[in-house]
Amino acid sequence: MDPILIHLIKIVGVVGVLLFICAYIVLAERRICAFIQDRLGPNRVGIPLWIRKDGSAIQIGARWALGQPIIDALKAIFKEDFVPGHVNKFYFWLGPMLVMAPALMVWAAIPFGSTLCGVPMIIADVNVGILLVFALASLGVYGIVLGGWASNSKYPFLGGIRGSAQLISYELCLGLSVIPLFMQVGSLRLTEVVRWQTEHLWLVCYPWNWLPAIIYVASSFAETNRAPFDLPEAEQELAGGYNTEYSSMKFAMFFLAEYANMITASALMVVLFLGGWHLPFVPVSGGIAVGVAHICIFLAKVCALALVFIWVRWTVPRVRYDQLMGLGWKVFLPLALAGVLITGLAIVAGWSPS
Amino acid sequence: MPDNLTTPTPAAEMVNATINGIKVQAPKGANIIEAGERVGVFVPHYCYHKKLAISGICRMCLVEVGGPMRGPDDKPVLNPDGTPKIAMAPRLSIGCNTPVTEGMVIVTNSPAVKQAQNAVMEFFLINHPLDCPICDQAGECKLQEYSVEFGKDASRFREEKVHKPKQVDLGPRVMLDDERCILCSRCIRFMRDVAKDDCLGFVNRGSHTTLACWPGKKLAGNYSLNTVDLCPVGALTDKDFRFKMRVWFLKETKSICTSCATGCNTVIWSRENVVYRQTPRENDAVNQCWMCDAGRHNYKHINAASRLKKALVSGKEMGYADALKQLGPKLKAALADRASVAFVGSGRATNEELYLFSILAKGGVSDCVPRTWDGDNFLVNADRNPNGAGAKIFGVAAQPMGSKLTVIADGIKAGRIKTLIVHQEDVNRRGIGADLLAKLSLLVVVDFRPTETTKAAHFVLPGVTYAEKRGTFTNANGRVQRVWPAVSLGGEERSDWEIFRDLLRETGQPDRFGDIAALFADMAANVKPFAGLSLEKIGGGGVQISVT
Amino acid sequence: MKIERKPLTLWERLYLPAIISGMMLTFSHLFRKKVTLRYPEEKPEMPPGYRGQPVLVKDDEGRVKCVACQLCEFVCPPRAIRIKPMAYPENAKYKKVEKTPEEFEIDMIRCIFCGYCEEVCPERAIFLRGPYSVTGLSRKDMVFNKEKLLELGGTLPDPIKKWRKK
Repeated sequence: MDPILIHLIKIVGVVGVLLFICAYIVLAERRICAFIQDRLGPNRVGIPLWIRKDGSAIQIGARWALGQPIIDALKAIFKEDFVPGHVNKFYFWLGPMLVMAPALMVWAAIPFGSTLCGVPMIIADVNVGILLVFALASLGVYGIVLGGWASNSKYPFLGGIRGSAQLISYELCLGLSVIPLFMQVGSLRLTEVVRWQTEHLWLVCYPWNWLPAIIYVASSFAETNRAPFDLPEAEQELAGGYNTEYSSMKFAMFFLAEYANMITASALMVVLFLGGWHLPFVPVSGGIAVGVAHICIFLAKVCALALVFIWVRWTVPRVRYDQLMGLGWKVFLPLALAGVLITGLAIVAGWSPS
Repeated sequence: MPDNLTTPTPAAEMVNATINGIKVQAPKGANIIEAGERVGVFVPHYCYHKKLAISGICRMCLVEVGGPMRGPDDKPVLNPDGTPKIAMAPRLSIGCNTPVTEGMVIVTNSPAVKQAQNAVMEFFLINHPLDCPICDQAGECKLQEYSVEFGKDASRFREEKVHKPKQVDLGPRVMLDDERCILCSRCIRFMRDVAKDDCLGFVNRGSHTTLACWPGKKLAGNYSLNTVDLCPVGALTDKDFRFKMRVWFLKETKSICTSCATGCNTVIWSRENVVYRQTPRENDAVNQCWMCDAGRHNYKHINAASRLKKALVSGKEMGYADALKQLGPKLKAALADRASVAFVGSGRATNEELYLFSILAKGGVSDCVPRTWDGDNFLVNADRNPNGAGAKIFGVAAQPMGSKLTVIADGIKAGRIKTLIVHQEDVNRRGIGADLLAKLSLLVVVDFRPTETTKAAHFVLPGVTYAEKRGTFTNANGRVQRVWPAVSLGGEERSDWEIFRDLLRETGQPDRFGDIAALFADMAANVKPFAGLSLEKIGGGGVQISVT
Repeated sequence: MKIERKPLTLWERLYLPAIISGMMLTFSHLFRKKVTLRYPEEKPEMPPGYRGQPVLVKDDEGRVKCVACQLCEFVCPPRAIRIKPMAYPENAKYKKVEKTPEEFEIDMIRCIFCGYCEEVCPERAIFLRGPYSVTGLSRKDMVFNKEKLLELGGTLPDPIKKWRKK
């Protein structure tokens, strides 16, 4: 088959699955937050199969509101796209795109399976994988800053400033926390990281990786603007933050990008610490069935981790801005450096299997 | 003036007294209630009414009274500081029947007085039914008011109340509820002394005393409804107003009765542009506190469904401005030959309207319709036109009134008169029949209700009743009195003076009457009897002018 | 008053144990009984004395208790009530009551459910009771007339029978 066609199929597949998961993770978030608060959450809209003459519909999954993402999307599309008169139109439009695009682009370098029919289940297996991922992911902050600035309004502006400061601070910790992994694996290529984990244990199993793992998880909460670090969109303080002036589909882009980022962060966590598509007792290579199984394992791990993200959001209250900065610079940064040192000592001591 | 309308000439001699420590000067012979009113001390009372004979039976006005003490030598006893020593009477006195004397000391707020008021209220309420939810007096009931101010908060009476007849038909217009009656006898005294129709009295004894008509008599006189006004409770009610509306919803507008030339001062009670009743307003120079039943009930035409709310051009409904635009040139052309134009004004119109009408009618033949029936030597005047005097002052009416109506009829018959302008009169019933009206080339009628004349008219401009406009009337004695707008129909109708102002403007007269005040000022400047007057000076009580 | 703020211990300063115990708590809530009422299918049970829609009641003899005193019309803050009183016709069963409403209208768009009408009523004829879902498709629908208000109100036995003694 034409390799370009294969790439196209992979791109369409990845983006499709990603957006699908995004839509349903929103539903999951609403249901789980309701359950945590002893409510029911959305429980009305199923997927309509047939509409009877009297206007009622035969639908499936109404109890679980499986149709909710569909009508939410329809609502976002058909809502009036209101653009306030005082905004900077070009950057106002650019903002949501710049947020959404990097969230999707990151997936180019993430291995979401082993191989299927001899085709590696990664779109671009670049040798600087993790660097590319971080480089692209950090572009997302431009969207937030632009959106906040172009809105030409106080609260979004404050949200944008908070976003940029927070993302820059935590990117440092994020980067430092993964250095120990590559010291052990010896390659920046993400397929290589997964392969290493299939041959040895998952990286999270080694005690000296626990500290970097915790820092990585906490930093990725901050990177994705999720609670308890959702300062840029603190609705109580900033009336919604950087997306206050947005409506309709442009707001939905910001909204979806947050979830896309969350899934991306989960996927990276899975690849870096939790063995990627690997699961013990599942063969590392085999036919189509094994290839499909690997993809499913990967997606299951990503979804489970995304649920943890939601779980944390509805448990932990938002931190104060000075606490956020203090935590990033005064706690995580030294600890991440310490993690590098400890891993180095572990390698020198010969405890690491590489 | 009839003898039952004369007021006692105030005695020049004044006496000094003290009420609750406030010094008061009252004419000799005045009672304590009147003296208290002069300095704002209120003494509650039911049976006493300033225009009626004193009977002193309700005991509500009990007060403490004292005077300068006199020694055995009949010399004033003095305090050490030289002031006269005051001796208080051992028992309370009724305020209504105790004349104020020199040096009298009156106390109306002592514990003894309060206790007495409280006890009297309790007696009144023993047999009074709890009818307030259905009683028309509720809201203007003296029993309710005093109960709040002087009574107890709860009843101690546990026994069965005395039951008396309810819904007693006393006369064609008055309904009696004997249970509510507190036996003050105001109605009896009014009918005996003022209306000179002694038809009411008390029968039976003790708790079973009831008000009743004399055998073979009914409370049917033309002044019967004044007893309803006088009744301090809901025992006597007006059948016309019964269960129509609660009084607290009603807006009170000062007005005068336009049913005859007496011009009794009234209050129009209306809610949301509907008139519910008319009651007399005190004016000692005109009607004291009374009015006749016929005038009181003469308000139904104000909210009649048949009222004209749009202008009519050849029978077709039209907006006022459009009709005026069509009428203007025709009227101007017709008025060019004054000899061919006749005018029928109205003795029911206000002075201002008559003034404008007289300007319009200058040079043409004009008259008013006379209305003379029997007077009753009290409040009903033989002249039923409320402003016949005004019509004469402005020269709208001929001398005698109505003498030129035949001239107008003959003129139309002979073809000399081609244009007729009529204000508020149905000339069809006054000798100018439909056949004559049909001969006219232009018939303009200003009226508030459809008549045979409006049917024949080429142009009908919708006017209003006296309850919807500002203006003044001159009564038979030459007293100028104002009316105020109480209601509005909300259609295309206009105050009649506005219509005549517009007609004058359309016919090329200088437009100098912007509003009613400017119009009155113009009238005062040009018509001698009104010289020096203004609407403010006339106020609510009216002003006497010289008619001659 | 000054409240001493205790410095956090090292264990507390780690935060992680607190976060984990919090997450355990929220996790346990996932499986608790839910308080949500699925409204159109499940209707809430209104407590006694619930101040819902104003209604008119009849006594156990079937007499309209309202005597059209118009106090509710007077006291109504949004002026939602309109009453046209009338006298009972001759030979009517309750002629002795004398007065009754010919028309009694409550504009449910205007009504603010304050309950003043119930409080002021001297005849205990109007009550704010059960019905809480007041709907209509037009403004005219929302003006409830006497018949509708009586139907909603039903019968309320009257222990006093004030008018029987008249």
